[in-house]
Amino acid sequence: MTLLNVTARGLYCAVGDFYVDPWKAVDFAVTTHAHSDHARAGSACYLAAESSRGVLQERLGACVRIETLPYGGCVTRNGVAISLHPAGHILGSAQVRVEYRGEVWVVSGDFKTQAEATCAPFEPVRCHTFITESTFGLPIYRWRPQAEIFADINAWWRGNQAAERMSVLFAYSLGKAQRVLAGVDASIGPIFVHGAVAKLLPHYAAAGVALPEIEAVESARALAGRGLVIAPGSVDGTPWLRRFGETSKAFASGWMMVRGARRRQALDRGFALSDHADWDGLIASIRATGAERVLVTHGSAGVLVRWLRENGWKADVLATRFVGEASEGRDEPQAA
Amino acid sequence: MRRFAQLYTALDETNRTSEKVAALEAYFREADATDAAWALHFLSGRKVPRAITSALLRGWAGEEARLPTWLFEECYEAVGDLAETVALLLPESASTLALPLHALISERLLPMRDAAEPVKKELLLRTWRELSGIERLVWNKMMTGGFRVGVAQTLVVRALAAVAGVEQAIMAHRLLGKWQPTAEDFWRLLHESDVGAGEVARPYPFFLASQLEGEPAALGEVAAWQAEWKWDGIRAQVIRRRGEVLIWSRGDEIVTESFPEITEAGSTLADGTVLDGEILAWQGDTPQPFASLQRRLGRKIVSARMRAAFPVVFVAYDLLEKAGDDLRARPLRERRTFLEKELQAAAQRPLAAAPGAVCETLDLFDFGGAPRALSPLRISETLRAGSWEALAALRAGSRERQVEGIMLKRLDSPYGVGRQRGDWWKWKIDPLMLDAVLIQAQLGHGRRASLFTDYTFGLWDDGKLVPVAKAYSGLTDAEILEVDAFVRANTVDRFGPIRVVRPELVFELAFEAVQQSARHKAGLAVRFPRINRRRADKNPAEADTLANLRALVRAPGNPG
Repeated sequence: MTLLNVTARGLYCAVGDFYVDPWKAVDFAVTTHAHSDHARAGSACYLAAESSRGVLQERLGACVRIETLPYGGCVTRNGVAISLHPAGHILGSAQVRVEYRGEVWVVSGDFKTQAEATCAPFEPVRCHTFITESTFGLPIYRWRPQAEIFADINAWWRGNQAAERMSVLFAYSLGKAQRVLAGVDASIGPIFVHGAVAKLLPHYAAAGVALPEIEAVESARALAGRGLVIAPGSVDGTPWLRRFGETSKAFASGWMMVRGARRRQALDRGFALSDHADWDGLIASIRATGAERVLVTHGSAGVLVRWLRENGWKADVLATRFVGEASEGRDEPQAA
Repeated sequence: MRRFAQLYTALDETNRTSEKVAALEAYFREADATDAAWALHFLSGRKVPRAITSALLRGWAGEEARLPTWLFEECYEAVGDLAETVALLLPESASTLALPLHALISERLLPMRDAAEPVKKELLLRTWRELSGIERLVWNKMMTGGFRVGVAQTLVVRALAAVAGVEQAIMAHRLLGKWQPTAEDFWRLLHESDVGAGEVARPYPFFLASQLEGEPAALGEVAAWQAEWKWDGIRAQVIRRRGEVLIWSRGDEIVTESFPEITEAGSTLADGTVLDGEILAWQGDTPQPFASLQRRLGRKIVSARMRAAFPVVFVAYDLLEKAGDDLRARPLRERRTFLEKELQAAAQRPLAAAPGAVCETLDLFDFGGAPRALSPLRISETLRAGSWEALAALRAGSRERQVEGIMLKRLDSPYGVGRQRGDWWKWKIDPLMLDAVLIQAQLGHGRRASLFTDYTFGLWDDGKLVPVAKAYSGLTDAEILEVDAFVRANTVDRFGPIRVVRPELVFELAFEAVQQSARHKAGLAVRFPRINRRRADKNPAEADTLANLRALVRAPGNPG
């Protein structure tokens, strides 16, 4: 029996009697972040980072019991010390550090190593065993600096304005949408967001994240041909989107690194902007933890494990039900 | 090279044909003529002799990226395109090469082919290191020969026609001629004086039939309609003008070169004749599955072996032009009479002495009589039936005849443009259906690379699932995502790129026919299998059996 094990309900710490991101309802769920494949409804109590409270409540409902910790803060259950550390994935995302009798495990949740405006930057945490995601665990995934990506997005937006059509940028409603909002040049034109994005904005404001003004969608016609629309991909083909008239469509996601991923969705543009670590980021983070053993979850687990083994790590695949970043569907991953 | 890479990017970044054409037009206007000639060469789907084997390319790319072979292959599997995989994996380069496109080709690409391996490697690595980003991708694509950017040949024709200020049909015709990727030939393509060429090349817009949804009785008297088999081939026009024969496909492409036997037979038509009809693979008395015809598509040179193995015919069903006159406004019954006469007359005329043409038979057209030698120019016979019931009975035999059902055309109708409802109907037979279980999946390619979209389905036989069909189409994008997630979460085994999945999902498959086949594990081959719908209401045990499928095999007389 190791400190954390995969059980039918999720990743479980038997000594401390708690789960990390369980996929079934449990008594005590330590929650890395508010995306639905990690934070599922129904558990009696959730423990999350302080800055996650607002978005978590938005997702799970107001009556849910949520306890929080500041980053670096610690609680103890049956002698197991639990602390949360920035994962840099989205607002309030955390890595979970678990320590028992000197043995330290860290669960990365989803994470990225590029710093950005909407969440606290990733901090590597020293540990013996590191449980890491591997969504983009292939060397074809190497992110360009985010400033370059935003310059591309801005140029595309300006180009569309010149052609008098709306720029529609599909992005996950929690996390990516706000990161895009914070990153684009809002002086170019009016910005519209879908309701699924809008309802999360107050929580970002409360967390001190500065975001540009949003136009009411009712003025879409008046501002036709000039605006940027940020919405989850599920609105494609719906009346909600049709109100904007002629559009150019793009998707902001790490999957857009590969041409085929964009072309099969008949998108005009794809911007490889990801909230996950790229290949180099994964390797560097694993190295920085000092872990001797690495357990790899959702994504290209098999590939990363083999690479780690060939390079001197003890590594294994850990079968979980996390999804990471859905390559299509263009909204955040659903529980699989 | 930078300008060409920009063109590539522009073409790649839009799905609007008007913008693609505009980007092409701008390029052809601005680019140096030699560069433009090479660009045209690649955009037309021409290649250069392969300079390097795929194995060497992968090996050197992996080495340059410092990746073990297995990891390189994993990446290739995820991307689905070798040129792109390599471009994504090579380390960033700082310098950018200022060589123009034609110099890159003549100084780097062409010399590589015959160079000794170390020289080849040196040339390749040097070019990789000097190029960056999208230019590298474009270079890799030129090198691997797979230069596809989602630009149909028709768009290239449109753009060049605009630059030259001539009709598209004329430009398409010019591009058919001989030209090399040189500045001189490019200039000639733009400025060639070809008086009358437009009249030679121009096809008519195709008239398209609509799907008949209800019962045909709603169409009125059966006597007012012409009934023919609905052929399952490629719609085309054969144009015989000014001593030349051209075949236009419905995809607005000239496919003359792919079908030399039809072209030869077309030379027996009177000058100023345009036929509308269908290209079909044909053997003896019977049309062959579309798969046979596919073997003949996209070839510039058709070997005698191909011609013998997959003979094709043109089944004519309409006459659009006679002695240079446009007949489209005349009623069908009149056009039909002219068509029959013209084909009879053509059968009496000798083949033009086309170079290399073999005159196997002069009996090119066996009108009304028993079939004799295979004639590449045939008429689509009309079906005689006194009632809709009698016609329905004929239609029931469609599958045995390798046709898709019946076409109904109003006898007093003109030849319209595009899909105008009312005068032409396709009365197709219902497909066969079975419920099968998803047993294997593979990543798609191209547009679907990195998603599991290629499925293998099994039917029960003796308590085991035997693979019977592969299908790629029929699911919505949302369903594809669901199945993709299922495959990832339920893989029980892997053989190379193939994932064996837990047999849980049931799908209703539609297909046109079942044939005996020694080449298939099940001993049966299904034609045109596609997914009709997901059967979420069925569990795998309720899926059909191999015996159910076997029962659908046609009676004797069923051609191979």
